[in-house]
Amino acid sequence: MALLDVRNVTRRFGDFVAVDDVSFSVNAGEFFTLLGPSGCGKTTLLRMIAGFDAPDAGSIVLDGIDLRSTPPEKRPIHTVFQSYALFPHMTVAQNIAFPLRMAGKSRSEIHAMVADALGQVKLTDKSARYPHELSGGQKQRVALARGLVNRPRLLLLDEPLAALDAKLREDLQLELINLQKDVGITFVYVTHDQTEALALSHRIAVMNHGKIEQLDEPSRIYSFPTTRFVADFIGHCNLFDGDIAAASPSAGGTLVELDVERLGRIRALASGGVATGTSGSLAVRPERIRISAEPTQASEENHYTGHVRDFLYMGDVTVYIVETTGGHRVEALLANSAAGRTQFFEAGDRVDVAWRYDAGHFIAG
Amino acid sequence: MPDTSSRVDEVRGRSLTGRAHWPRQWLVSAPPLAYLLVFFAIPAMIMVIASFRHPGEFGGLAPIVEDGRLNLTVEAYERFATDPIYWQVFAKSVVFAGITTLACLLLGYPLALLISRSPRRYRDILMLLVILPFWSNFLIRVYAWMIILGPQSAFTRAINAVIAPIGLDPVTPLFSSFAVVVGLVYVHLPFMVLPLYANLEKHDPALLDAAQDLGADAWRRFWRVTFPLSMPGVWAGAALVFIPALGIFAIPDILGGTEDTLIGNLIKQQFLETRDWPFGSVLSLVLTAIALALAGLAALIARPRRRTTV
Repeated sequence: MALLDVRNVTRRFGDFVAVDDVSFSVNAGEFFTLLGPSGCGKTTLLRMIAGFDAPDAGSIVLDGIDLRSTPPEKRPIHTVFQSYALFPHMTVAQNIAFPLRMAGKSRSEIHAMVADALGQVKLTDKSARYPHELSGGQKQRVALARGLVNRPRLLLLDEPLAALDAKLREDLQLELINLQKDVGITFVYVTHDQTEALALSHRIAVMNHGKIEQLDEPSRIYSFPTTRFVADFIGHCNLFDGDIAAASPSAGGTLVELDVERLGRIRALASGGVATGTSGSLAVRPERIRISAEPTQASEENHYTGHVRDFLYMGDVTVYIVETTGGHRVEALLANSAAGRTQFFEAGDRVDVAWRYDAGHFIAG
Repeated sequence: MPDTSSRVDEVRGRSLTGRAHWPRQWLVSAPPLAYLLVFFAIPAMIMVIASFRHPGEFGGLAPIVEDGRLNLTVEAYERFATDPIYWQVFAKSVVFAGITTLACLLLGYPLALLISRSPRRYRDILMLLVILPFWSNFLIRVYAWMIILGPQSAFTRAINAVIAPIGLDPVTPLFSSFAVVVGLVYVHLPFMVLPLYANLEKHDPALLDAAQDLGADAWRRFWRVTFPLSMPGVWAGAALVFIPALGIFAIPDILGGTEDTLIGNLIKQQFLETRDWPFGSVLSLVLTAIALALAGLAALIARPRRRTTV
C-alpha cells in the first residue's frame, strides 16, 4: 500500500487553478520529487500535504487515513523550509530538540536523539551555536536534522538547496541521498531544478500549470518524455515539429516518417500505433546527435548538412548550434574528452549532423 | 612593474592605527557628543552643583561664593538620609511605575500582536489610532479621566450597580491610588504598544509555520517562538513606560488623593512650593540614579545568554 495518496486534489485561488485534479501516490522509503517551473503548483501541493492549506476538492491520505481534519501540528509530517526557518533565539541543539520537546519526549531521550541527529549531519561541534553564526550549508543541515529527528512518516523538502551556491549544492545532494537511504524516511522533494531532480529522485512528477505532465523514473523522464513540455523542460532537447507522412509497424513500435518544415523528412520510431497525418514533435537529445566534417552514409541514420552558427564551450562538452541548408536549427553536443583537443569546429564550418532513427522519440500532439 | 607592496603596507598601517581617519571620525561623532554635552552632561552638572548649595532666602539658590569663600553644604543630603519618609515615597513610586508597566504590557501586548497580524493595509491605520490621543493635550485627557472616574459617571454608576447586590458600599474611584494607576496606564500605553508592534511586525511568519509543522499548538507557538523573540520589544516598551511613570507628577496631582504623593510631586513641591532647590536637586539626582540602576539591571537580565544545555 502506498504511504501517501494524493487523490484528485484541486486548489483554486480566485480564478487561478493552482493545482488541477492531481493524483499520485508515494511509496514508503521513496525519494519522490515534484519538479516544475515556478507557479506550476508544486509548492501549493506541498503546503496542502503539510496541512497549511486545504484542497478545494480531492483528498490527501497518509497510511490510509484522510488528513482532511488533521492540523499541521498533529500530522506525522515535517517540512524543511526553503528559508530554513530556524528559530533564531535557539541554539542548534535547541532547534533540533524542538520537535522532540513538542512530542513530550523525556529529557534523556531528547539528549540522545539530538546527539544522534547532530552526528548524522556532522554538526556535533556546532551544537551550542546560534543560527546566525552558521553558514548557509550548515543552516541547511540543521533544518534537515530538525525535520528528521522525530522520525516523521514523511519529510517534505521545499527547494531546500535553492539558496546555496553550485559547489555546495552538489555536496549536499550527495549527503541528502545518503541521509535518506540511512534513515529510510520517505522524502517528498520540491524543486524547479531539473538536474537536482534527476540526480536525487527515485521518481519524478513533472508539473506544469497545476497538472502532472509525466510521472516516472528519472531515466525514463529524460529519455522518453511523453509531452513536449517535459522534453523541453528536462535538459536540452531538439524538437522537430511536423506531420507523419508514412507509418509502418516495426519491432520497437511504429516506424514513422515525419515531414518537418525547413528540414525535410525524418525517420523515427514512435511507441504505440500512430496514424498517418498525426502531427507532433520528434524530441532528440543533443548528445544523441553526431556532428562530423565528412558526411557518412549509414542507412539507419537521418542526416543533414549545414554550417556551425554558434558554439558554447562548457568545459566538459561543447554545444554546437548548426543551421541546416533548409534553415532549421539543430543543437548537437560533443564531449571534449579527446586528448589535446578543445574544439572540433569553428563557427561557419560546413558540417554534417546525423542521428539514428531510434535516437529520438515521437510525441504526438 | 612598480612595487606596490610597500604602499599597501603603508596604507594598511595607517588605517590600522586609525590616525589617517581621525578627522572623519570626529566629523561623525562630534554632533552627538555635542548634543549629549548640551542637553545631558551640562544640565546634570548644574543639578549636582545645585544640590550642594544653600537655598536662597526667597527661593532659588544662595550665591555660590560669599565673603570670598565657597558657600557649599551637604545639608540637603543629610536631610534626605535622615528622614525615611523620602525612601518610602521612592519605594511607592517604584511600585506604582512597576504596576503601570506590567498593566501596560498585559494590555499592550495583545493589542500589538493583533495589529501586527492584521492584514497589511489595516496596520498603519490601526497604529495611527493607537497614537491618535497624542494629538490632543495631555492635561485635557487626564481631566477627562476625572469625569470618567468621578461619582456621576456611567462607569462609576455601573461599578456600583454591580457591587451593590453583594452588599458593598458605593465607591468613587476618583482621588485614589486606583485612579492614579488608571491614569498612568492610559497615558503610557502607546509607549508600550509602539516598540512591541515594531518588533512583532518584523517576525518571519515562516518561523510560526515551522513551529506548527514540528508539532507546536497555538499556545506553544506563542510561548516558545513569538514571545521569546519579542523580548527586545518588551524591554524597550518597559523602559519607555517605567522611566517616565517613575517621575510623573501631573497624574497623581489630578487623579490621586492626599496619600498618593509620588516622587515627582515631591520634587515639584521642592522647586515650586517649599522653594528648596538644593533638596529638590538631591531628590532629582536620586531619581536619576534609581532609573539608571534599574535600567542597568534590566539590561543585565535581558542580555542574551549562551546556554549549552538543550
